[in-house]
Amino acid sequence: MSTQNHIIKTEAEKEYNILNLGPTHPATHGIFQNVLKMDGEIIVHADPTIGYIHRAFEKIAEHRPYNQITPLTDRLNYCSSPINNMGWHMTVEKLIGCQVPKRADYLRVIIMELSRIADHVICTTIIGQDTGATTGFLYFFQMREKIYEIFEEVCGARLTTNIGRIGGMERDFSEVAWAKLDAFMIEFPKFLKEFQKLIERNRIFMDRTIDCGPITAEKALSYGFTGPNLRAAGVDYDVRVANPYSSYQDFDFNIPIGANGDTYDRFMVRIEEMWESMKIIRQALDKMPKGEFHAEVPEFYLPLKEDVYSKMEALIYHFKIVMGEMDVPKGEVYHSVEGGNGELGFYLISDGNRSPFRLHFRRPCFIYYQAYPEMITGGLLSDAILTMSSLNVIAGELDA
Amino acid sequence: MNTTELFNQLSDNLKAQFGDGLISGEIQYDFPVFIVDKKIIVEVLQYLKTNPELKFNFLTTLCGIHMPDNKGAELGVMYQLHNMEDNWRIRIKILMPEGDVKVPSITSIWPAANWMERQEYDFFGFKFTGHPDLRRILNMDEMNYFPLRKEYPLEDGSRDDKNDKMFGR
Repeated sequence: MSTQNHIIKTEAEKEYNILNLGPTHPATHGIFQNVLKMDGEIIVHADPTIGYIHRAFEKIAEHRPYNQITPLTDRLNYCSSPINNMGWHMTVEKLIGCQVPKRADYLRVIIMELSRIADHVICTTIIGQDTGATTGFLYFFQMREKIYEIFEEVCGARLTTNIGRIGGMERDFSEVAWAKLDAFMIEFPKFLKEFQKLIERNRIFMDRTIDCGPITAEKALSYGFTGPNLRAAGVDYDVRVANPYSSYQDFDFNIPIGANGDTYDRFMVRIEEMWESMKIIRQALDKMPKGEFHAEVPEFYLPLKEDVYSKMEALIYHFKIVMGEMDVPKGEVYHSVEGGNGELGFYLISDGNRSPFRLHFRRPCFIYYQAYPEMITGGLLSDAILTMSSLNVIAGELDA
Repeated sequence: MNTTELFNQLSDNLKAQFGDGLISGEIQYDFPVFIVDKKIIVEVLQYLKTNPELKFNFLTTLCGIHMPDNKGAELGVMYQLHNMEDNWRIRIKILMPEGDVKVPSITSIWPAANWMERQEYDFFGFKFTGHPDLRRILNMDEMNYFPLRKEYPLEDGSRDDKNDKMFGR
């Protein structure tokens, strides 16, 4: 009897296909290569290759003055660059022992929560898009535009923002920025509610995402998951609560957690986090303290432009800061913030020179993406795409 | 428990458990930092993870450091652990001379260390013994140097299309 007639083949008779998913595949939203060994539609083995947009930020940072490192952090997780910028500023503030006034803290919180919303808008709509719900993507994405307009009003840039300064914000919010923020606070909940109504209890969406790419809490912890992906697995770890920075202890908010750690939970955790972020922004707006928007650290804080043109002192400090001629204390410091994807950490060693002796970024994407092969093995190819978009792997952060 | 109390407790624990293996300890900002002997790094981290009182069950990050002026111990690796339950953080360091870059791998304790160690191998050339798949990760495989070591310049020195003399570089 020939083996051709057998429906179930033995291991030796099986023929596998090797499928090269990426590096530039439109469904992976970024430059990721996965060499998949396929048994029909089932993934038997996955081998990820990363580093396609590696730019050696850790090396470049050793040659840049402190304030010139901010634009590098923009390009880590470029979906929520203000969080990266402010994380870096707070690291330097910790090193030099600078206390930022409350108003600057609150302005920062507003910007950081807006960018968290922008990040989650991208991730949740992309999950919808990958399950076939294009409407939600096109409709809800307008909200990201509104957030970028606020950023533009505050700092002049939209995507790679370079927002804020070491020591506070570069300027107070303008009248237009406050107006846009108020309009956003009214508009956004409507959009979010409608998006939820469209997707959340949709039978097709639920069938596609429940039990797709699950990970247990134990596994997630051992793989170094943080952020929404860890919380979806049921661990309530959030840097904003564990190690409050920038006055997060003043705000009342919940940490949403999931139970199964699958794509649906990751989606739902992000949706709930957007509501919590709205709550935080609302409280920050209501309690906004009066006062300065930056600390008095002339050695580090770039002086106002009109002062540079009219005052000698300001001109001197301007040059000193731009050329990186400030006195930095020696020491090593670690500071972490809750980024869009998890704990974004900065490990900085200073030897007193103009640029860091060593700067290491703890990039959440890089650490949890290594669990991806295990999460997709044994599943379908279409589930692998969905798992990747629900992990929200951002190529810039992955490759640094 | 504040940082000083945590430092004192950990210091006592590590001294009792490893004796001379603990080389030194200090507080750096909000972190207790301990330097331990390279040979026992796996045992130290395993102890910190499994001890029922300490429970440092999460590996936050690890990274290499190159200090060319620190003669005899030019290279170092730092490990950062986190006890999420009590919210304690700790940094463990090992130091080694440039001639001896073998470091015991901790992938058996945390799978998360896999790519982190590959990254530090890629940048500094540490040979993590016991690592399942020690290849370059971010740079290309053909690269024949370790770019984050201090002796390697940021840019190729032979380039003549850039003239930055005016900017003091």
